[in-house]
Amino acid sequence: MIDDYEVIIGLEIHVELKTQSKMFCSCSAEYFGEKPNTHTCPVCLGLPGAMPVANLLAIQYSQMLGMAVNCDNPLNTKFDRKNYFYPDLPKGFQISQYDLPFSQNGFTNISIKSDKGIKSIKRIGITRAHLEEDTGKLTHATVDGKKVTLIDYNRSSVPLLEIVSEPDMRSAEEAKAYAQKIHQIVRYIGISDADMEEGSMRIEPNVSLCSRNNKNTTNNTNNKLPSYKVELKNINSFKFAEKAINFEIKRQAEILDRGETPIQETRGWNENKNETVSQRSKEEAHDYRYFPEPDIPPFVFAKKYIDGLKAKIPELPDAKLERFQKDYQLSEYDAEILTRDIEMADYFDEATKAGKEADLTPKQIANVIINKKPDIGKILPATLVKDIKASSQKATVNQNDLNKAVEEVISENKKAAEDYMSGKENILMFLVGQVMRKLEGKADANEVKEALIKELKK
Amino acid sequence: MMDITDLTIKDASSLLTSKEVKAEELAKAFLERTISLNKKLNSFITVTEDEALEQARKVDELIADKQPLSPLAGIPIGLKDLFSTKGTKTTAASKVLENYIPPYDATVVTKLRDANAVFIGKTNLDAFAHGSSGENSDFGHTRNPYDLERVPGGSSSGSATSVAASQVLAATATDTGGSIRLPASFCNLVGIKPTYGRVSRYGIIAMASSLDAIGHLTKTVYDNALMLNVTAGKDEMDATTSPNKPDDYVSEIEKGVDGVKIGLPKEYFKDLKGDVKDLIMKAVKKLESLGAKVEEISLPNTEYGIATYYIIQPSEVSSNLARYDGIRFGNRRTSFGAEAKRRIMLGTFTLSSGYYDAYYLKAMKVRRLMREDFTKSFHEVDVIIAPTSPTPPFKIGEKMSDPLSMYLSDIFTPTINLAGVPSLNVPCGFLDGLPMGMQIIGPDFSEKLLYQVGHAYEQETKWYEKKPKID
Repeated sequence: MIDDYEVIIGLEIHVELKTQSKMFCSCSAEYFGEKPNTHTCPVCLGLPGAMPVANLLAIQYSQMLGMAVNCDNPLNTKFDRKNYFYPDLPKGFQISQYDLPFSQNGFTNISIKSDKGIKSIKRIGITRAHLEEDTGKLTHATVDGKKVTLIDYNRSSVPLLEIVSEPDMRSAEEAKAYAQKIHQIVRYIGISDADMEEGSMRIEPNVSLCSRNNKNTTNNTNNKLPSYKVELKNINSFKFAEKAINFEIKRQAEILDRGETPIQETRGWNENKNETVSQRSKEEAHDYRYFPEPDIPPFVFAKKYIDGLKAKIPELPDAKLERFQKDYQLSEYDAEILTRDIEMADYFDEATKAGKEADLTPKQIANVIINKKPDIGKILPATLVKDIKASSQKATVNQNDLNKAVEEVISENKKAAEDYMSGKENILMFLVGQVMRKLEGKADANEVKEALIKELKK
Repeated sequence: MMDITDLTIKDASSLLTSKEVKAEELAKAFLERTISLNKKLNSFITVTEDEALEQARKVDELIADKQPLSPLAGIPIGLKDLFSTKGTKTTAASKVLENYIPPYDATVVTKLRDANAVFIGKTNLDAFAHGSSGENSDFGHTRNPYDLERVPGGSSSGSATSVAASQVLAATATDTGGSIRLPASFCNLVGIKPTYGRVSRYGIIAMASSLDAIGHLTKTVYDNALMLNVTAGKDEMDATTSPNKPDDYVSEIEKGVDGVKIGLPKEYFKDLKGDVKDLIMKAVKKLESLGAKVEEISLPNTEYGIATYYIIQPSEVSSNLARYDGIRFGNRRTSFGAEAKRRIMLGTFTLSSGYYDAYYLKAMKVRRLMREDFTKSFHEVDVIIAPTSPTPPFKIGEKMSDPLSMYLSDIFTPTINLAGVPSLNVPCGFLDGLPMGMQIIGPDFSEKLLYQVGHAYEQETKWYEKKPKID
């Protein structure tokens, strides 16, 4: 039984940084949809004699992410070599960070809902965020009737930030909320597009189950992690992450119910079959033979530099959410929608400034943005405010006229009114339309809706 | 025409600028000698005749055009076959890279090209620079021009032989644990292992990245300084190069040694054979007579040099050779020679989890102590003089069956790579007709001083005038 177990989930999130050039050379880091092997040079091809030179902007970006999730940023750090063979790895090692990542020991808060719908805040620990280089991309194809593997090195050495969480999540929903939070922060600080479909953000959950009986004896699951873990790969959306984790919980529970222990392995999500599939057994742990990268001298950062970077971090989602509720008198629901991404939040901030002069409350502007979803990429905040002002003046109808129209429409459409009352809520929009027609479009749709509901529920 | 075996870079350069000789003539003479001697010496893997003549003709045009020229313009040189050359095979003397043609030039190659040096070809070496004798080349061993039955020293075997045999006037080389200084000592040549980070490593096939130093071999100290004037300096493509501006190594080369304090580290002399020791002490006396002051010093961690070196070096080698995985470059990993395989296994072991702390990490700590030994000594003395090799060149085949005795040929050199400081080998005489050299070691970026000391000694002794009899 699933309920007999506590779910233990940790996440590794890879984010490709949005720098113009690659991590260790000056080739363009753009690879999506590019002609294969056009953005390459001796360095990212790993040719004999070529040497890496670190991209300082990528280092700054990775330190900024650390700052945004409350990490320490060590002043003395370095790159290391992670040695392993794979055809997509041209040097036979990946330049990564082993014991001195650019960021470590942080956390971020996620908002979760209990079964009873009560919201609470949960802190998810972040072990580290280290910088490394991406690999080339393998394509298995048939060329001239022969099965071949093609290698595209355009992606080789694109800067990749790996964010490793503590095993602090207890459900697929929490894992999804955490991944979305990281996604949101990454986009807030502007270090990556974090596009899951294009692969610029990749989620790898580690899932295992722990018997609750154990918990009762030790009273602390954190001290007693299961003896195995299953790493999930090939996940290119938050929805799939949730599905894959839930599938995995069920699969592992069944194994544990039989008195067995799941194999430590890597499993891939197969979206056609809606299941996870074994990819690679990890029974024998890889020995990556890490050692300090001799071609890149260790870094010594000045405290002033770190402080300067901190000053560049914009207002983060949690702070913005709080400010929107407090300063603009918005509901948590509205504020959450408006702060979901930074473009929207900045737009709203701008619009409220213009709104102040036009005597519009932030709430009025928020309603329009949330309900009418104007194209914020095209309409300037000041223009939006002007439009709202104009239509609100045009739309003033007298409360009596509105009530009269509502009553008329209900009596003329008895069937529809009954349907609504019996639960067909969609029919309401039809009734709104009828009222609007009677009032020649001079009313505000929301007001009409509210008036209709009020009348119907009498 | 002159006897080209008498020429130095300095001489040749003045013949060219005074229009007594054309660069094309000079190139032809050296090419002819290279080709005719190569069967006997096997110092070149590839001879780039067409390219050399084209470069030489360009120099003649520049001279006719009265353009300002580098002292290396028109000078025939050899490039160790670890230096990437655009469009020319670069094999590292390994079957693994038998047919590899780089699409780019190493930074040093670019600098030499820009100085209008003439590339005679790519010189032989121990495959991937693994060796002390040149016998580990997958394309046959190179012979010592002073005794064809003996090794020229390695790994820069072909570079040393080609200069000693006057196939070229200078050759580039690399020194990870002695690969420039040992062949220089064995072939009566001047060889510089510059300070780590003084010369760019970009484009030069790596052996052990934290130890590799890029230098060259010449007949005279003056010529050697001319070359470093071209190759030294910061390279944006090599993050380990120093931003310090290089000195002009030639301008004050005749300054002399009056008042220069020379240290003799007792650990380097205590087990030294009598005749080798006598030769070096005679050289020290000569410098003393020129005004230098001599004192005994101690580098207490010297005894751990070879052990430390043979942990750090194979560890880095095992990682640097991982890219030759059979997917690209044509040949599979089975094409690696025995020495490369030995080092891959050693290095893979010393980096393995559970052994890393006991080997690699411990070795890195000892390495720091060795560097401190040198730093402390240079508070007391200006330069250190030490033997380069415990013996004169040995016989071909003598040490091939015993890797450890081969490793010990380098007993006096790797400690300097571990410390990162510069060292210059200058010839200091002959034992039974075989060349011997000594090292002049200085603090970081003291190459200018090393050349001044070397030049002062050389002017008194002129060992370079003793040419090999191979014709």
